[in-house]
Amino acid sequence: MTRTLWGSTVGKKTVMAVTGLIMLGYLVVHMLGNLKIFFGSDEFNGYAHWLRTLGEPFLHYEWALWIVRVVLLAAVVLHGVSAYQLSRRDIRARPSKYVHKRRRASYATRTMRWGGIILGLFIVWHLLDLTTLTVNENAQPGRPYENVVATFSTPYGNAVYLTAMLALGLHIRHGFWSAAQTLGAGSVRRDRALKTAANGLALVLTVGFISVPVAVMTGVVS
Amino acid sequence: MKLRLRVWRQKNADAPGAMVTYEVDGISRDMSFLEMLDTLNEELILRGEEPVAFDHDCREGICGACSLVINGDAHGPERTTTCQLHMRSFEDGDTIDVEPWRASAFPVVKDLVVDRSAFDRIIQAGGYISVPTGSAPEAHATPVPKADADAAFEHAECIGCGACVAACPNGSAMLFTSAKINHLNVLPQGGPERETRVLDMVAAMDEEGFGGCTLTGECATACPKGIPLPSITTMNREWLRATRKVKR
Repeated sequence: MTRTLWGSTVGKKTVMAVTGLIMLGYLVVHMLGNLKIFFGSDEFNGYAHWLRTLGEPFLHYEWALWIVRVVLLAAVVLHGVSAYQLSRRDIRARPSKYVHKRRRASYATRTMRWGGIILGLFIVWHLLDLTTLTVNENAQPGRPYENVVATFSTPYGNAVYLTAMLALGLHIRHGFWSAAQTLGAGSVRRDRALKTAANGLALVLTVGFISVPVAVMTGVVS
Repeated sequence: MKLRLRVWRQKNADAPGAMVTYEVDGISRDMSFLEMLDTLNEELILRGEEPVAFDHDCREGICGACSLVINGDAHGPERTTTCQLHMRSFEDGDTIDVEPWRASAFPVVKDLVVDRSAFDRIIQAGGYISVPTGSAPEAHATPVPKADADAAFEHAECIGCGACVAACPNGSAMLFTSAKINHLNVLPQGGPERETRVLDMVAAMDEEGFGGCTLTGECATACPKGIPLPSITTMNREWLRATRKVKR
């Protein structure tokens, strides 16, 4: 009998909840850091450089950043593998559909799987674009402000980013509340507060992230 | 009332099934949905055709035998069991789709009858309490706080019909399993097996091939007894508590 964390559906969902919350915490910090772009090139680039010196002299140059990267990579992989395995199981558990169709569940709930796939692909593009600068044509190493402006000066860069951020908002809207239920933190009394927190986080993160491309598009940041 | 029914017909577990259309006339608005199907079956028998097989027993909404997905809803449009659903919930001339519960853990036996013995095996894994043998104990020997008794009763209302599994897009049995676990775990009588119960019943649920929970809430909407969705949250909390406490 499967009573282990990884062997049980309830346990695997716990893994998804915990890794999801780790990524959510990171996104809040990431979004707040992004907003520094509104204070100009020097401050944004200075902030980006400071991230590399974080923890010095206890940590070596860029070590703090690499620790965060390793934790995030582990979280993304565990979240994705759990989601894949649980989804396979769910689809197997309901092989034949009802003839009489009717709309089930909310839009955010129904798009969790496709939304997750979109976000996974986005992360790959995002890293190639602004971390390794592989697909960013006008990129210059060490000048993140100019690279962000270069990305959001292309129509496809904006389209990809805006789509992903809308998917992110929907994913968090259902995901945060679900994580609370999976970890046993929900209750009838706390339900409204949790749903409000989920919607608030989704809205704040989506608007915060989207403000950067919108600012570039409208010329506020250039 | 005159109705057009589209009913799932399937000879046996291995045969392919299909929706078959029937016309029924002379249906009273005061008939239950099952009495309407009885009327159809009487006609079928008189015509020398095979009657539609469906599960039913008490017809009072308390046994959990009846099932049926009616127009895409488990137990039909009202929040009750199919036997307590009356034809006044439909209009004259309606077309009604009648399908069996759909889940790989609930294979179709014939027509609208599915095998729900997977639920029995989940109960066998831990849905019981240890009681001393001998004469009945004194009623007040184990005090139960009112709030706990109410919570236990809310979950004890589950009749094990399987509407939660039928409504869930993942064919998950989380609402049923959580109702059965919480019913006993909240009471002092259920205390001795509190940890093993949740671990064993969740493991049995997984082994039967039910899907996982994605918190769509369809189960709690379909439940004729109103088992609430936070019941699943409570079970998750019990499961996490038990994994910390029990050495494997």
